[in-house]
Amino acid sequence: MDTLFNNLDLFALGFQNTLLLFAVSAVFALGIGIVVGAMRVSPVPVMRAFGTLYVNLVRNTPLTLLMFFFAFGYPKLHLVQLPYTTLAIIALSIYTATYVAEVLRSGFNTVPTGQAEAARAIGLPFAQTMTLVIMPQAFRAVIPPMMSVFIALLKNTTVAAGFSVAEAGAIRANLSERGEPAIVVLLWVALFFVILVGVLSVLQRYLERRWKVLR
Amino acid sequence: MTNVLYDVPGPRAILRNRVLGAITIALVAAGITFVVYRLADTGQFSAAKWRVFTFPLVQQNIGLAILATLSAFAVAAVASLLLGLVLSIGRLSDHAWLRVPCTVFIELFRAVPVLILMMIMYYGLPPLGVTFVTPFVAVVTGLTLYNGSVLAEVFRAGIESLPAGQREAAYAIGLRKSAVMSLILFPQAIRAMMPVIISQLVVVLKDTALGFIVTFHELLYLAKFYGAQFTYGSPIIPATIVFGTIYVLLCLALSGVAKWVEVRSRRSRGGARPANVAKAELAASEI
Repeated sequence: MDTLFNNLDLFALGFQNTLLLFAVSAVFALGIGIVVGAMRVSPVPVMRAFGTLYVNLVRNTPLTLLMFFFAFGYPKLHLVQLPYTTLAIIALSIYTATYVAEVLRSGFNTVPTGQAEAARAIGLPFAQTMTLVIMPQAFRAVIPPMMSVFIALLKNTTVAAGFSVAEAGAIRANLSERGEPAIVVLLWVALFFVILVGVLSVLQRYLERRWKVLR
Repeated sequence: MTNVLYDVPGPRAILRNRVLGAITIALVAAGITFVVYRLADTGQFSAAKWRVFTFPLVQQNIGLAILATLSAFAVAAVASLLLGLVLSIGRLSDHAWLRVPCTVFIELFRAVPVLILMMIMYYGLPPLGVTFVTPFVAVVTGLTLYNGSVLAEVFRAGIESLPAGQREAAYAIGLRKSAVMSLILFPQAIRAMMPVIISQLVVVLKDTALGFIVTFHELLYLAKFYGAQFTYGSPIIPATIVFGTIYVLLCLALSGVAKWVEVRSRRSRGGARPANVAKAELAASEI
């Protein structure tokens, strides 16, 4: 207990930065993910190819490697100097966007083919087939896995601790200078993550129940 | 799926698609050109920066680092498959004294970031008198605890995606609980979830890179080491390119296996996957 209360300032700062990384990256990942997901189902072959290439390439790259590039490699390119936090946000967004895109795409796949066929049969054009028939049904299937992606994003923010961002994963390194036992600090950090993930899971279950439709 | 959403494009749609395609190509080409130009402009392609990777000793070290990454992956993959199997059986048990602890274990270790687990092993335990924790042990334990819990949920989702008739028919012909599980439910569940299981193993392979932060001597650690060699012009970007390519190729190879298994199982089952399996896969997707 003392370890927590004597160093509340560092814990607060760490988790504040974690939540900041999480919120900003979530918004950007959702934005990029929607664009890439749309590209992957679009009628334009070039867009489909590019979307597939992006997803396959980034999904098979470790997040640590992306962070490594942005933290150590990017400054060598002599572009605009960005703080480490911004670089971490860029890496997290690029990485998470591929998972958002994949969840969206497989959400479309859970809608039975007959639904699209029926919509086409009654003469709806592409836009209306999507907005009136496919997307409302896919949306419900997408909510739970989308929340899982965001939960994973929250946990992935800790990787930034290895790259000079003062967030929750870095609390241990800062506190070892104050002579606190590492195990106690880390167990507190783990507990806070369990609580944060728990909150997101409750939200996930609430949204799932709210949007659930029996088919 | 895609082809039922719109008609075969007519002359106007073909023209529009070509214009949009050209715009996409132009944007992507502009982006790539800019990055390559910046790389060339800051001298990242100069021979001096790449020279360090031509030495046989360096190449040998890279080989050893690949081996370190792969051995951590292999041990963690096998261990997390076993842990996942045990946990999923526990979680599906009829006995509350077995089900509740397994559920708590799964939920707990799915919620803690892998890196924090590795740090608990590497920085947390040694001061308490635990001596056997090398970076390798820390990496493997962290990966196993997390991915074992995720895989347990994958197995469970697979079993729950099976039609109830499978279980009922097995009980009806007089099989016991253990036989129903091991002969009827698990074989089908594992086959149905094979693509998800393999893509979770890709996650294990990717997450070995986290070992870099707890000083495990794997690929990324070596990339940092050679990237910081001042005598060779601090080739951090060439190092990222070299080691990044290795990582991506390793993961792509494993993903390729996943894709192959998926295509093969779909073909052997004839036609598309049943909707409930697709849904279970979606529900089990984790990072």
